[in-house]
Amino acid sequence: MKHIRSISEIGKPGVLAIIERAKQMAEINSRPIPKVPALRGKTVVSLFLEDSTRTRLSFETAAKRLSAETMNFSVSNSSVNKGESLRDTIETISDMGVDAFVVRHKSSGIPWQIEQWTDASIINAGDGAHQHPTQALVDCFTIAESLGTISFEGLTISIVGDIRHSRVARSNVEAFAMLGAKVILVAPNTLLPPDIDHWPVTVSTDIDDVIRETDILYMLRLQSERMDQGLIPNLSEYGNRFGLTEKRVAILPSASRIMHPGPMNRGVEMQVDPSLLSQSLIHRQVANGVSVRMAVLFTALTFNDDRENAIERLAKETAQ
Amino acid sequence: MSVAFRGGSIVTKDGVVSADLLVDDGKIAEIGAWFSADEVIDISGLVVFPGFVDLHAHLREPGREDTETIETGSRAGAKGGYTAVVAMPNTDPAQDNVPTIEFVRLQGQRAGLLEVVPSGCITVGRQGKALAPMAKLAKAGVHLFTDDGSGVQDPLLMRRAMEYSKQLNVVLGQHCEVSALTQGAVMHECGCSSDLGVPGWPSLAEELMVHRDIELARLTGARIHFLHLSTAGSVDLVRQAKRDGLPVTAEVTPHHLSLTAELLRGFDATFKVNPPLRTISDIDALKAGVLDGTIDAIATDHAPHSRRDKELPLDQAPPGMLGLETALGVTCAALDLDPLAIANVMSVAPARIAGIADRQGNLPRVGVAANLCFVDLNASWMVNPQTLASKSTNTPFVGRQLRCKVVHTMFNGNLVVRDGEALK
Repeated sequence: MKHIRSISEIGKPGVLAIIERAKQMAEINSRPIPKVPALRGKTVVSLFLEDSTRTRLSFETAAKRLSAETMNFSVSNSSVNKGESLRDTIETISDMGVDAFVVRHKSSGIPWQIEQWTDASIINAGDGAHQHPTQALVDCFTIAESLGTISFEGLTISIVGDIRHSRVARSNVEAFAMLGAKVILVAPNTLLPPDIDHWPVTVSTDIDDVIRETDILYMLRLQSERMDQGLIPNLSEYGNRFGLTEKRVAILPSASRIMHPGPMNRGVEMQVDPSLLSQSLIHRQVANGVSVRMAVLFTALTFNDDRENAIERLAKETAQ
Repeated sequence: MSVAFRGGSIVTKDGVVSADLLVDDGKIAEIGAWFSADEVIDISGLVVFPGFVDLHAHLREPGREDTETIETGSRAGAKGGYTAVVAMPNTDPAQDNVPTIEFVRLQGQRAGLLEVVPSGCITVGRQGKALAPMAKLAKAGVHLFTDDGSGVQDPLLMRRAMEYSKQLNVVLGQHCEVSALTQGAVMHECGCSSDLGVPGWPSLAEELMVHRDIELARLTGARIHFLHLSTAGSVDLVRQAKRDGLPVTAEVTPHHLSLTAELLRGFDATFKVNPPLRTISDIDALKAGVLDGTIDAIATDHAPHSRRDKELPLDQAPPGMLGLETALGVTCAALDLDPLAIANVMSVAPARIAGIADRQGNLPRVGVAANLCFVDLNASWMVNPQTLASKSTNTPFVGRQLRCKVVHTMFNGNLVVRDGEALK
């Protein structure tokens, strides 16, 4: 896989391969010195044209642990602010000789647009409300780690919140369904995208209807600007209807787990302190972020190498 | 200088008949057989149509001469068989004042490739706040008024515009879009927009305004023309309005007859247009509307944009696509129309709506102005963006098989396009 831009584009084999490789990366990360020379000589550019802290740091850490060179490009210090077009930016950086762009942008579709302007690999770190494939891979890895299997057959995952504006939800719906889970979207109609009969999901507008049958409760961040757009009356009504309250935690089946892609809106969708919840996988999501993004970078940056060689080399490095 | 066209046939109200044509002094001098003339042109295999009339083109001058000028847009039109093009008023400055109207017309005359017919704004600066000086503009020759690019949102102002326009005997053209329903919209609201995570432009936003303006036409008796209709529901509304005898007309673009929203899946802003590409069932309804006369005219909504602007992120790129050079080819590939029907939707009806039927849009007959195009109805061709006359290249029809091709175009008795090449 040269590019990792959406779950549907990499397909189930891609998802499984990256999760498998992430296990090797997790092993590297458990060492006293978590660094291997796997991507020595490769250059990775993080092109974050929308604010992000955790995804950017997670990618940078991943690149460094694989010994790739990293370049940082963010909105505030970039020539994009001086009116340079995205095409000029991409072509200029490409001319310097880079192997991969890790791209975050507020507009849907950027990873597909920039493909025409560079030969480098493109890794989507979030495009508009479209896709966030590495978050979905992290979430699948985390669930698999918790379950002890990568098959999600028989599992019910409820994704609660602002599905309409969520790239995380779009990637996760595809990934969870691909691995066999039953996916339920829970949101008021105003926060659901229109015409999604073709999505592999069922839809509910009442969290209390689905919570008892939920194995994984996946909470999404609710941004306060949704109130100004008339999509919800106010944050408190939203919190009452769709937030994770102590009462809801109490009726959640005991083996169920709680996830959140962060950053959390405490007091809105999270009315309980997740650090006090034994069911929470939220810290595992963050911790696994680095391993999975190492696997993503390795996969994209070695797509061109002799495959056997690359895997062998990684195996050797893993054994060191 | 006289020119005789030999060996071709001519579109008449009774169908296509074989005949030679003599043009002299800017007019059709004779129709019959074997004329001698200063120049004789063999048009074997071609059919003579009245020059096409486009109700809807953005020629970008004044304001965005980097993307099109009146000269390059005229050349594109001439190559597409057009002898008259209505220039949309969303220029900079907008066509809400007499000097700008006169400038646009004059630039058209300087280019000399076709008749540039300036439209005027309904409201000052197309801001939707106050009426433009419509009587002054009408006196300067404006017949079609529109705020195209946006619709007149305020129903009271639209009512006043209709009441006021009625006494001037002009036509209001509405871009039907209730903008509160299309905030940030990138494409048709559908499963595809949900997959892509972009705000959608629901059909309802068009249909609400079509409905409102039909009712305002019923109330005021004013003439209204609906620009670039794109939804099945709009076709139904206009069909019923016509049954009710209301003075409404409507146009559809070639792209809305042939392309769907699914093309946006590759995030290529070439396919971003306003109103947006919709669904197969909308296309079917629009085609049926053309065939049964609900929709009067094919109009291009020719909208040149620079490569730089079209390379912006999909949500920021401006909407619009080229149309003048491909309109006939796309329309004929999409719709099975007989030659008389082609002449009607491409020329006769739009000339009438634009108020220029005295000199444009007349089926060839002795005495009418020699505004003609010569079409190979059997041609099959593909567009090459590198050879377009337009200054921009944002055509969505690359790689598509088009039918029927304009070979020559004659404007006011002068051949301006010959064998597909502009002569000036």
